[in-house]
Amino acid sequence: MATRPTAHGGPIRRMTRIRYYRIVVTVSTKSSSTDHAVAAPAPAADSAGRPPDGIRIEGVARSFVKDGRRRYAIRDLDLDIESGSFVVVLGRSGCGKSTLLNMIAGLSRPDHGRISYRGEEIAGPRTDLGYLTQHDTLMPWRTLRRNIELPLELRGVPAAQRRRRATELIARVRLDDFEEHYPRELSGGMRRRAGLARMLCAEPEALLMDEPFGALDAQLRQELQADLLRLWHGSGKTVVFVTHDLDEALCLGDRVVVLGRGGRLVLDEPVRLPRPRDLDRVRLEPAFVASHQRLTAALRSDAS
Amino acid sequence: MTDTASVEPTSALPALPPLEEPVETSWWSRHHRAVVVAVGRIAVLVAGLACWEYASGRWIEAMLVSRPSAIGAQFVTWLGDGTLLLHARITITEVILGFLLGAVAGIVAAFALAPMRIVQRIVDPYIYALYSLPKVALAPLFIVWFGIGISMKVLLAGITVFFLVFLNALAGIRQVDPALVDAVRLMGCSRVQLVQKVIFPGSVSGLLTGLKVAIPYALIGAVIGELVASNRGIGYLVTDSASRFNIAGVFASLIVLTLLAWVLNAIVSVLDARASRWRDAES
Repeated sequence: MATRPTAHGGPIRRMTRIRYYRIVVTVSTKSSSTDHAVAAPAPAADSAGRPPDGIRIEGVARSFVKDGRRRYAIRDLDLDIESGSFVVVLGRSGCGKSTLLNMIAGLSRPDHGRISYRGEEIAGPRTDLGYLTQHDTLMPWRTLRRNIELPLELRGVPAAQRRRRATELIARVRLDDFEEHYPRELSGGMRRRAGLARMLCAEPEALLMDEPFGALDAQLRQELQADLLRLWHGSGKTVVFVTHDLDEALCLGDRVVVLGRGGRLVLDEPVRLPRPRDLDRVRLEPAFVASHQRLTAALRSDAS
Repeated sequence: MTDTASVEPTSALPALPPLEEPVETSWWSRHHRAVVVAVGRIAVLVAGLACWEYASGRWIEAMLVSRPSAIGAQFVTWLGDGTLLLHARITITEVILGFLLGAVAGIVAAFALAPMRIVQRIVDPYIYALYSLPKVALAPLFIVWFGIGISMKVLLAGITVFFLVFLNALAGIRQVDPALVDAVRLMGCSRVQLVQKVIFPGSVSGLLTGLKVAIPYALIGAVIGELVASNRGIGYLVTDSASRFNIAGVFASLIVLTLLAWVLNAIVSVLDARASRWRDAES
């Protein structure tokens, strides 16, 4: 808490590299030592006295160095996500949404600032946070059922128990007849459902979702949105859902946070729509229309 | 259109005809290609042998090319008196030991080096230099170091296999989708599990390519070793027969080598088919 991370608080770490043991040769990039960026803002203290609950983002910045230039995807972001709420992060592409989600998931670390979950700083991937990425990450060599069992397999859950849990989840995402199919044999929508089931199989407390339905056609997208709401409703799980689709944001969220360029917080809009929601009708509600207008204006204001 | 139709449009649609129906296929329609290929192969073999038999002694000196019937007779004789078994056993042992040694060392080295990009870049030119070196040229050196026994042939085969398996396995590991690695890291996997559940299955096709490519080289290594210096093995049988102008013996030995390569290929093909079942899955 007391130490203030410097601008080059660490070389840019590519966390996606295939590393499976700890001998890591890090070579710091030359440029990072020369340009001391603007002094980091001190992480905001718990002045509000709120209980350490949900996901808390304090003074977070994240940059990438390429060709000797440092570009900030997120410059200085503060955001509190209450536990049990469905928060949608809305923004155009390139506003740092995915960068933010990667940091919450623990796949990358902020340059400065602090992200914490239940008061505990996020230092790496943790199993109580589920992450559904933009693209499918089902193992192509495993059948649907074995893919869904994977998180339990890694925890050493006995086979019979794994199987029972996977079967139950497959039923919940309506893929009953495809248990023994390989991902390649499933349609895009089915693979998304499978990804959702795999994430839920690990029983995370919070779900992070990065444009999960972006690549699907409009009809299928609405079907999966309804699936997601059905699975989430009453579960008490926190959801951080990233999208660039305004309608999707309002259909799903309790709250829509609009991010602008550099991860600037443009608007924080509460969504006052009843739950459970009927996705066919929710768009006709006056509250939906009013929020829609404010969000459109917010997105437009950032562009200029 | 009535009011009810606008609320439930599906009720207005005619019933869907069945989208699937059984298709009757005869045995011949399913297998005729395979039959044609098999018959064609046998025909080519028979025609080739017949030409050889006919031409030998008429157009070409029989002393130089022998003839299939003489080769067959020599094969049966050697099979009967145990010559073939004795020499084949030595060569098979060399090939298998060399192959295993090279393959295991190659796989272990690839998995050990894969996460260390910097080390990889440092050793890269040396690996390629050694890889490009004709291993046959090492035979005299190996004789000095290890004598003319079996170990020299095993090492000659092994070192060739090592580079092929190592380079292909490394390429296979590099092909593993980093998104899949992230996915299991998010599930909280250990390092061992990461290798076991993602890196290994993801790189297995590269690895099998390496093994497949390496089979003929294991044979080459062992046989070259025998040709250079030995008193046993199929390679020795070839040189020995040739020095006595027993051309039928040379060809009979070559047949044994061919069969050996064929069996080894079949084994790896079975492994490959099992490991890449998911790849053939088409919707």
